[in-house]
Order: sequence, then structure tokens, then C-alpha cells
Amino acid sequence: QQIQEDLNKQLLDNLVSFLSQSHSEFQEKTTEWTCRMKFREIPTAALVLGVNVTDHDLTFRGLSDVLQENITPYIALLEAKDCPGIKNLMQKLMGQLMNCDIDVDTLEDEDCVQVSQNKIRCSMSSLINWYESVTKKTDSETPSKKRNSSSRHWQSPPVVVIFKDMESFTTKVLQDFIVISSQHIHELPLVLIFGIATSPMIIHRLLPHSVSSLLCIELFQSLSCKEHLSTIIDKLLLTSQFPFKLGEKVLQVLFNIFLYHDFSVQNFIKGFQLCIVEHFYSQPLSVLCCQLVDAKKRVNFLSHDQCENIRRLPSFRRYVEKQESEKQIALLTTDSFLKEETEKLLEDLHVYHENYVSVLRCLHVFTSSLPKYPLGKQIRELHCACLENQVWETEEYESSLQLARMLNKTDLVTMLQQCVEILLSSSGKEFDKTVEKLKEFLTQFQNLEAEASQERDVSVSSQKELQKKTDLYHLQKTLLELKESRRSKKLTKFEMLRFEVIDYIDSLVRTYLVPADNRTLHEVVYFNAAAVLRGHLNAAPRTALHTALNNPHWYLKNQALKCDGGGISNKAPDICIVYKLHLECGRLINLVDWLEAFSTVVMAGEEPNADAASSDQVDDIIHARFIRAVSELELLGFIKPSKQKTDHVARLTWGGC
Amino acid sequence: MPNLEHPAYPAANLLHLESLVPCRESQVSMLLSIFGERQQFSFPSIFIYGHTSSGKTYVMQTLLTTLQLPHVFVNCVEYFTSRLLLEEILIQLQSCSSETEQTSPVHCDTFNDFVRLFKQAVASQDLQDQTLYIVLDRAEQLREMEANILPAFLRLQELTDRNVTVVLLSEIVWELFRPNVGCFEPFTLFFPDYSIGHLQKILSQNHPPEYSADFYAAYINILLGVFYMVCRDLKELRHLAALNFSKYCEPVVRGEANERDTRKLWKNIEPHLKKAMQTVYLREISSSQWEHLQHDGGEPGQLKGLSAHTHVELPYYSKFLLIAAYLASYNPVRTDKRFFLKHHGKIRKTNFMKKHEKTSNHLLGPKPFPLDRLLAILYSIVDNRVAPTANIFSQITSLVTLQLLSMVGQNDQLDGPRYKCTVSLDFIRAIAR
Repeated sequence: QQIQEDLNKQLLDNLVSFLSQSHSEFQEKTTEWTCRMKFREIPTAALVLGVNVTDHDLTFRGLSDVLQENITPYIALLEAKDCPGIKNLMQKLMGQLMNCDIDVDTLEDEDCVQVSQNKIRCSMSSLINWYESVTKKTDSETPSKKRNSSSRHWQSPPVVVIFKDMESFTTKVLQDFIVISSQHIHELPLVLIFGIATSPMIIHRLLPHSVSSLLCIELFQSLSCKEHLSTIIDKLLLTSQFPFKLGEKVLQVLFNIFLYHDFSVQNFIKGFQLCIVEHFYSQPLSVLCCQLVDAKKRVNFLSHDQCENIRRLPSFRRYVEKQESEKQIALLTTDSFLKEETEKLLEDLHVYHENYVSVLRCLHVFTSSLPKYPLGKQIRELHCACLENQVWETEEYESSLQLARMLNKTDLVTMLQQCVEILLSSSGKEFDKTVEKLKEFLTQFQNLEAEASQERDVSVSSQKELQKKTDLYHLQKTLLELKESRRSKKLTKFEMLRFEVIDYIDSLVRTYLVPADNRTLHEVVYFNAAAVLRGHLNAAPRTALHTALNNPHWYLKNQALKCDGGGISNKAPDICIVYKLHLECGRLINLVDWLEAFSTVVMAGEEPNADAASSDQVDDIIHARFIRAVSELELLGFIKPSKQKTDHVARLTWGGC
Repeated sequence: MPNLEHPAYPAANLLHLESLVPCRESQVSMLLSIFGERQQFSFPSIFIYGHTSSGKTYVMQTLLTTLQLPHVFVNCVEYFTSRLLLEEILIQLQSCSSETEQTSPVHCDTFNDFVRLFKQAVASQDLQDQTLYIVLDRAEQLREMEANILPAFLRLQELTDRNVTVVLLSEIVWELFRPNVGCFEPFTLFFPDYSIGHLQKILSQNHPPEYSADFYAAYINILLGVFYMVCRDLKELRHLAALNFSKYCEPVVRGEANERDTRKLWKNIEPHLKKAMQTVYLREISSSQWEHLQHDGGEPGQLKGLSAHTHVELPYYSKFLLIAAYLASYNPVRTDKRFFLKHHGKIRKTNFMKKHEKTSNHLLGPKPFPLDRLLAILYSIVDNRVAPTANIFSQITSLVTLQLLSMVGQNDQLDGPRYKCTVSLDFIRAIAR
């Protein structure tokens, strides 16, 4: 569980550092244009953030933190749902500003009283008064104690107002606020930040020209969420430092949710965290899923049961079967030998990961520039493909290799250089040879180039000779010869080399990009229960309700309820019977008919000797049961009372939707 | 052109005033004659209206300050509730007379309180013998406050029995103000729009000190020639003039042309101004970016305007949801069966018919549709099976928050929510690609 927390922290750290990177540029700009406030324009930043609304919260928090550290202590975050009218907006704004002021300056008690008084009169003038008093105060305090903080901020720090969701604000509120603040821009240096989820056109749609002319809008585009995702993948999945890995199917589920549903990096990370929890919870051997050094230590402390667990792993069994018989016996009987062997295997796995990542990157360098992207444009697609099965057996791989054989020289050289860099930066020790090999290729290419230039010189000189000759026929002939010789000689050399390079890359892929399923002990670090994850993340409330009402035994675990085919059993709970009956009806359901059908179903199981006299009494009970079931259905939102006919109810759902 | 003359005020002050308010002499003299002398009771309420930036606020403010008449100036947009408005008037009243006296926080909830406190405030000061002016800027906001505010302000003189005149400034005509219960009719005064000559005169007035007035006037002339067709707003024009002047001066600074060489300067500036009209005027790019651009001398092509970023990235299913919503909004219900039930073989024909109907439906605007219909269309346009997961439903609500869909009929959100698609055909086309 400790590891668990560490992982979470690392995730968040990654994210925050990423955010602060992307915001540093914004904040530089802010400082720039707060200086230039003429013409009564309010400097405004329009942040286009993309549609992943769930991520915005974190982004804005990061942004306000950065701003608070570097520019100004006065920041207010406004959300549309808090501000239905201009009055609420001002109240919220003042509350936030004054509170944050108290936090920063730690004022005395009397000021707090003053603040609460001020809250009664929420208008711009009181805000200005407050601002003046605050700035004066910080000025007077500067020599005494607040030296470091005020050196970071300037004499009159701007007040930053962030509108989190520009789209949801009502037009009038925004207009009024902008008009008001533009009138006081000289007394109160205000900076607005609009968070925009769709497109900047929304500004023009929300604000008329007379208002937008009061703004000095500058546009900032934040990174698209897809890029954001790929950085996170780069940092989390494709590193050898991070012991936990995701299996192919799980990754696919996470990516599908991201791409099809919400574009939310936040949710992706949550899903990832869920995977971690699930893995540690369900897999007893997950204790070994940690840094290599720790893992070795832990292997020594494994109990007998845990050793048995290892023996039971399918990948380990496969491994054992391949060994000689003596070793098999030793592995299966003596724990200490098993432990040694596990240590070795874990180390192998670690090395495999290191190599895997860097070779994967190399392959990505090659495939990402091919036309039509047979193996996917993003490294994540390539990663999935490699995890799924042996890449070199797929058709896409074949076609991409074929395309790679047609690359031109400059591209090839740059790719090779990139590969060399990647391999050099990786920590694997086995790559020395490959690096050398690649470098050799590079020098060969350079030689080729040199030769080519030499030949060009030759050809130039020959052309000079040609110019001397005036015979047209001769000239044509020599030109043809030259051309042919050029084609046959140079290109073949280059082509041969190209084939060699591609073959070499191919061999690299074959040795290092073996899918993880084939590795022994992969269960320790790979999480592969995609179905579980899908069930957790892709909630389907309606389907769940439908199954609950249609096959109650699914949830109730009562064999008696198991129904056969389309029939309606009378043992099911009332609500299930009512639900099934209502499925057969049209838009409007007659209550009397419904009751009739209900009572026949219920009575079907009762003894047929129930005579007419007692049926009246039973009917009352059935009636009550029926009414209760119907009102339960209404509570669940399947029906509602209709106004068209008094004794009818309207259906609200149709089949699966 | 009438010169300002009034027996009550010194001639020097009047001259100064005249220089400050060009092209508004007739209105000012009219106002002055209404105001009369300091101690005379004036008209109880005056209503001044005119188009945007026809100098209403400016004239009023300069008039009152240069002649040092006691006055209170309040913007009704800023003080958005009646309480804030009344309190603000009282605060200003207190502060305009007594600087030393500590102003206690006033509480004034109703107009009745206001009249009482107003009497006190006036009585405590030496304002008895002078007319007090209360100017309410953007007075159209008064209509949205309580019903009694506007009529009461109109007859404040009568209610308080003090020498006070209320001046209302607005952009709309008095007829739109008149409450249906009837009220005291104010004296209305119209400020006409500035003509091109007026604009020229006013804009040329504040020329930068480094350059001669003639030079600047020529510049203004060119500027007006370009912009007068699209914009008559004085504020906006002034802003544009300030932005582009440095570019205009460039040849002079470089020594390529002298100040009188208007033709050459015109050739230099004209394409530049046209570019400005397309970008800065519409606030496509901000003025600071524009200045950067001038400074660097780069092409504006590298700076994309606001409307250039129209592309919106949406998740896969959101796209389909939006398309389904669009179809549901603009196609009548009866065609659903034809379009979505058996869409093998008949595609070409239906497409043709769809176009026919669209033209008429687009004029009518989007129609609301229930959630079930949206989902049914979604299932039919997405190729593979879609599970009705919570994710899909939450995407609908997130589309609503993005204002791409809007919810119609707030009352029954639980049973049968209805939506409307609010995006345009172009947007859908871009998404459907």
C-alpha cells in the first residue's frame, strides 16, 4: 500500500509539473500586458482549453497557484453556477479577494470585522477602497517584514479575475461586469481570464461589439488533450523506472474511454490508479511489483504459500516445462532454489523492459513518418500493437517495412541519428553494440554522400568537356550514358545500405519487442483484467436496472427466480412482474388493464381452488401490491402520470435507451 | 454658431467650457438657460438622450465641474440595485460638502428613507441656496429596478421640497421609459450624432505635441475616409487613431517624406488602415498585438484572429451525439422512420429530400426534441453497437454546459428532458468530416 501512495504522488507530480510548464508562458505574457493599460481596455486572456471540462479544475488551480507565486496575491476564481446575477458575482468576487488577502497578509482582527461589514455593500467602489487600503498597507509594511514577498509582487499587483467556464455565464452578467470594471480600470488594475472550452468565437457571440471593444483580448491555446495524454503515457508507461505495467486489453479500454467519451486526462489517470489498486488487491504476487532492488529483497522473505503461488502462475509453469527434469524437480520442491530462480527471472524482466522501451521508441521513429501510418501515428498505438502479439507477424508491420525500404536518404539519416540518441540515453547495457552498428551505418551514409559529391564533380567536369564538343549526336549519347551509370552505380549502393539498415532494425524488433505475455513472471507486473476495469469505469445504469428487473436472480442469487425464456414467473418480486408487463405495452398504459394482467400473473401460481368469495379479499392485497410496485417504477423513472387520460400512465423508456 | 452667454457665470469660465465641448454649443446653451442662476429653482427633471458616444456624459460632466455646480454623478449600471444606487448618491452627497467629517455608513433600503436622509444631508450643508444636480447615467437600467424608483426620481424636487434637479442620461427615447401608470414628464433634450465634420474637428483637437495640428488633421482626414463608412463611434475612432498614428508618422521619422507630403503619406497608410479595419476594429486581434505587429513590421498573417480558431475537438461519441442532436432538431419527426430505419439503398434519394426540407427548416430554427429520440438517432448513425453507459449520458450534459445543446423546459428534468441543438450547419459540417 505504501508503494501505492508513492505511485499516486508521482502521478500527480507529473501532472502538476506538466501544467506549470504549459502555464509559464501564459504568465510571462500576463506580466507584459499588465504594464500597458491605456485606452480603458481591460487586458484579457482567452484560454482555449478544449472540451475536457473535468480537467479544467486542475488546470485553473495550477494556474492560480503559479500566478499567486509570481505575480499577484489577488486572484478570484468565478464559476458560472455561482453567479446567476451581477450581484452574486460581485459578492463572490469580493469574498474571494478579501479572504485571500487575509490569508496572505495575516491581518489583525479588526480588519476581519471590517471585511464582514464590507460584505454588506458589494459594489465596485468599496472594492476599490479595499484595494487602495491593501496596497498602501503592503507598501508601508515592505521595510519591516514582508520584504521577500513584496519583492516578488510589484507595487500595485493586478487583480486577476478568472472566469472558469465562459460559456455558461449569462450574457448580461458578463456585459455588466465588463462595463463596470472598464470604468474603474485606472483605479483597479484588473485582468480578466476567460476559460473557453469550445472556440473563441464564443466571445463574439456572448458580448456585443460595444462591450468587446472594452477588452484587449489575447488568445492562448493550451495543449490539446491528446498531446497531454501522450506526454503522460511517455512519462508513465514507457519508462523502465515505473514497475507497474498495463496489459494490452486494459490499455485499449482506457484509450477507448478517453477517445470516445470524454477526452479527460484526469479520468484517464483515475482509471490508471484504479488499475493499480485492482492489481495490488487481486494479485497476491504483486508484492514483487516494485523497484528491482526492493523486489530482490522481498523475494528472500517469501513464505511457502507465496512460493506455491509463483509455481501456479501459467507463465512460470511454461518456463518450468522447458527446463531439464532435475531442474524441474528442484524448482517445484525446494523453495530456496525457486527464490534464486525468481530473482533471476525478475532481473530478466527488468532488463527486458529497459530494452523494450528504447527499441519501441526507435521503431516509432521509423513508423511515425511513413505515409498512411500503417502502424499508427502515436506511440501508444504502436505500444498496444506490440503488447498484443508478435508485431513482426502482422500485415501492418510488413507493409510498414516495405514503405521504410523506400525512404529517401536524408530522412533515413535523420532517423538513424534519432535512434542513436534514444539508445544512448537509455540505460540498457546491451545497446553498445547496436549503437556502434548504427553509427557505422551513419558513417557509411556519409561516405556515400562524399562519393556522390565526388562523382558529381566528375560529372560536372565531364559536362564541361561536353560543352566543348558540338556534335549533337555525341552529346545525346554521352548524356544517356551518364544517366544510366548514375542510376546503376549510386542508387544500388544506397539501396543496398538501405536494405541493410531496415533488416537490422527488423532484427532488433524481433529480439526485443517480444510481447510481454511470453515473458516468465509477467503476471507480477502486468495488469490484464480488462473486463473488470470496463465494468468499473463504463457504468451502464440503465442496463443494470434492466437486468435487475428482467432477471432478478442475477442479483438476488435465488435459484427459484431463474426464469425460463420469455415467461413471467409469479415468484419474482412484484416490481419485476410489473416491469415485464409494462414492457409489452405502448406509450400509454391503462392502469386497469395492467392491474388485471398483474393479478392473473400472481394468481397463476396460487391454488386454483380460491373461490369467488375470497378473491375479493385477495384482490385488495394484490391491489395494494400493484400500487406499490407501480409507484416504485415511477420512482425509478420508467413511467409518469399522463395528463391526456386520467387512468393512464405514460411510458418514458424504450428498450435499451 | 451661438456663443455661450449667461449672466450668472463669469465669461472666462464660459469660454473655457466652450473650448472643452466642441460641436455641442447649442445643447450646452440650452442646458444653461434651463439651469438658470445658481439659486433659482430649475426644471425638476431633465431627460437627455442620444446615440452612443454623442457626448452626453462628457458634456454633462464638464458642464457641472467647470461651472462648479454641486452635483452627484452616478452610473446606474454600476450600482445595479436600487439600494446601492440610493446609498451611493447619499455617500457622494456627504463627501461633496464635508471633507473632514467622517462619513458614517448609510443604510437606505427604500425611497422613503432616501427622501428623509436626502433632506438631512442637504440641510446639514450650505446647499440651501443652490440647485443640486443628480445625474443618472445609463438611466435605462432604472426601468429594471423597483417600479417606484423612476417616477420618484422624476419628481424628487416635489418630494423633498428642496432645490434639486435630476438629469437622466440614456441612449433610448423617453417613450420607452414612460411607465404605464403615468408619471411626471421630464424635459427631454436630444443630442444628435456628430457629423463627419464634427468628428474631424473633435479628433483633430488632441493632437500629439510633437507634430503640428495640420499634420494631425490630415491624418484624421485619411482615417475618417477609411473608417467613417463602418464606424461613427467617437471612442472607437479615437482608439484607432491613436493606434495607427505611429505608422503614419514612419516616413516622416525616417525622413522620406515631409509633413506636407500628404499624398505620399496617404499611400503609405491606406492599406495598413484597411488591414486594421478587418482585424483590430472587430477585436479579432487585440490592440497590443497590433502594436507589436507594427513594431516588428511583420505580416499579420502569422497572427491568427479570434475567429480563426473555430475548430473544436470533440470526443468520438460526442461528435455523433451532436450530429444526432442536429438531425433531431432540424428534421421533422415523421421523417425519422424514412431516414434512419432502412437506410440501405435509398440513401441518395433521402439525401436529396433532406436538402429540400432543410432550407425551410433552417429558417424556422432548431426545434426541441426529447432525449429518447436523440439516443435512437445516435444508435442508428453509429456503426457499431453503443452501450448506453453513464459516460454517454454525462456527455450530453457536458454538451449542454458547452452551450452546444441547450435544455428546453426546465420543469421536468427527471422525466423526459428536451433539448435543442444550438450549433450551426457549418459547425456540424466541420465535425462530420
